[in-house]
Amino acid sequence: MTVSYDNSKIIFDGIKAAGIKSVSALPETWLGLLLQRAESDPDVQLVQVAKEEEAVGVAAGAYFAGTPHALLMQNHGFLGAINGIVSLAQLYHVPLCMLIALRGHWGEPYPWHTRGGIVTEAVLRALGIPFEYAREPAQVAKQIREAWTFSQSSLSPVALLLTRDLMED
Amino acid sequence: MERARCLEMIYSELTDTLVVTIMGASAQELYNLGHRENFFYLQHAMGLASSIGLGLAMHLPAERVVVLDGDGSVLMNLGTFATLARYRPRNLIHIVFDNGSLLSTGGFDSHTTSGITDLAAIARGAGIEHVAAVDTAVGFGEAFIAALERNDLSVIVAKVAAVGPERYGMDLQLPENAFRFRRWIQHRKRATEQTS
Ligand SMILES: Cc1ncc(C[n+]2csc(CCOP(=O)(O)OP(=O)(O)O)c2C)c(N)n1
Ligand SMILES: [Mg+2]
Repeated sequence: MTVSYDNSKIIFDGIKAAGIKSVSALPETWLGLLLQRAESDPDVQLVQVAKEEEAVGVAAGAYFAGTPHALLMQNHGFLGAINGIVSLAQLYHVPLCMLIALRGHWGEPYPWHTRGGIVTEAVLRALGIPFEYAREPAQVAKQIREAWTFSQSSLSPVALLLTRDLMED
Repeated sequence: MERARCLEMIYSELTDTLVVTIMGASAQELYNLGHRENFFYLQHAMGLASSIGLGLAMHLPAERVVVLDGDGSVLMNLGTFATLARYRPRNLIHIVFDNGSLLSTGGFDSHTTSGITDLAAIARGAGIEHVAAVDTAVGFGEAFIAALERNDLSVIVAKVAAVGPERYGMDLQLPENAFRFRRWIQHRKRATEQTS
């Protein structure tokens, strides 16, 4: 397995095309190439956190500041950030545009990812967080733009799930 | 030293400073001094007040940000000290009121009660250069003034008594607080853009 160089670039370009100027993230394999781009791009401010829940706070700060912001994390980070999502973002109607690497799903060879992968969709549904799967490189820029737009109009967290089809070659 | 007294001391310096508080007693004591549109009370989500402060400070370099944190809350997000150290926003003052207590949830002892756990040492160890540990009103006032003048990331750990307000209640809904806080910031941004 290798992480898709081309699709990482397409996703990063999609983030920029959506008008997003700031990204908070916690690195993981599928997000590596994307984060390298964010790190070296002077037009994007990257805030790397120690735990994904912090990124919910950083995102709220960016929202109050009026800077378009997206969160990049893997699904296990999303699972670890739930209280922040519920008790900050949802409680206060703070939008979150979350791009989540969906590890542990169809085709997953690593046992440690599987439980998180299996429950992610059910947890998103339980929390009332709208989500879409991103599978097609030709679609993903539009999906990012739409995720951003919907987060802002609904004042809600939304999630775009980055799948294996998209992230691996 | 009482936290309410510390807040009284710095209240006049907070007229055009973005303030983020933790839940419960801290939020109420600031509110009781008089709510301002530039105050945001994080009435849940323990640990994230300083993360909101970081997001504000990094995206609004022209504003000053003060976070009013607590021992129990910051213990839920110790990684925040390392993240703050890494990005070192010069416009952020992170005050941790250490009352050795989970006061707002019934006053149970926290990990800092016995004095074994030293939050200032943790902040220093995380890489924050300017960390003050104070336990008197004078010391607190001096540390706050020094932080204002320094223009660099500053953490103040203030040992305070485990006492809070007598009554709780705000005439402010939580989303309303968020909407108005954001609006206040956007107004100021537009005003400074017009004058510059
Ligand atoms: C995740 C979570 N667990 C438990 C609580 C219950 N709770 C409410 S306030 C509080 C203590 C806050 O302590 P501290 O930050 O020291 O502030 P203090 O009340 O002492 O001013 C706790 C544990 C909560 N709000 N959230
Ligand atoms: Mg306390």
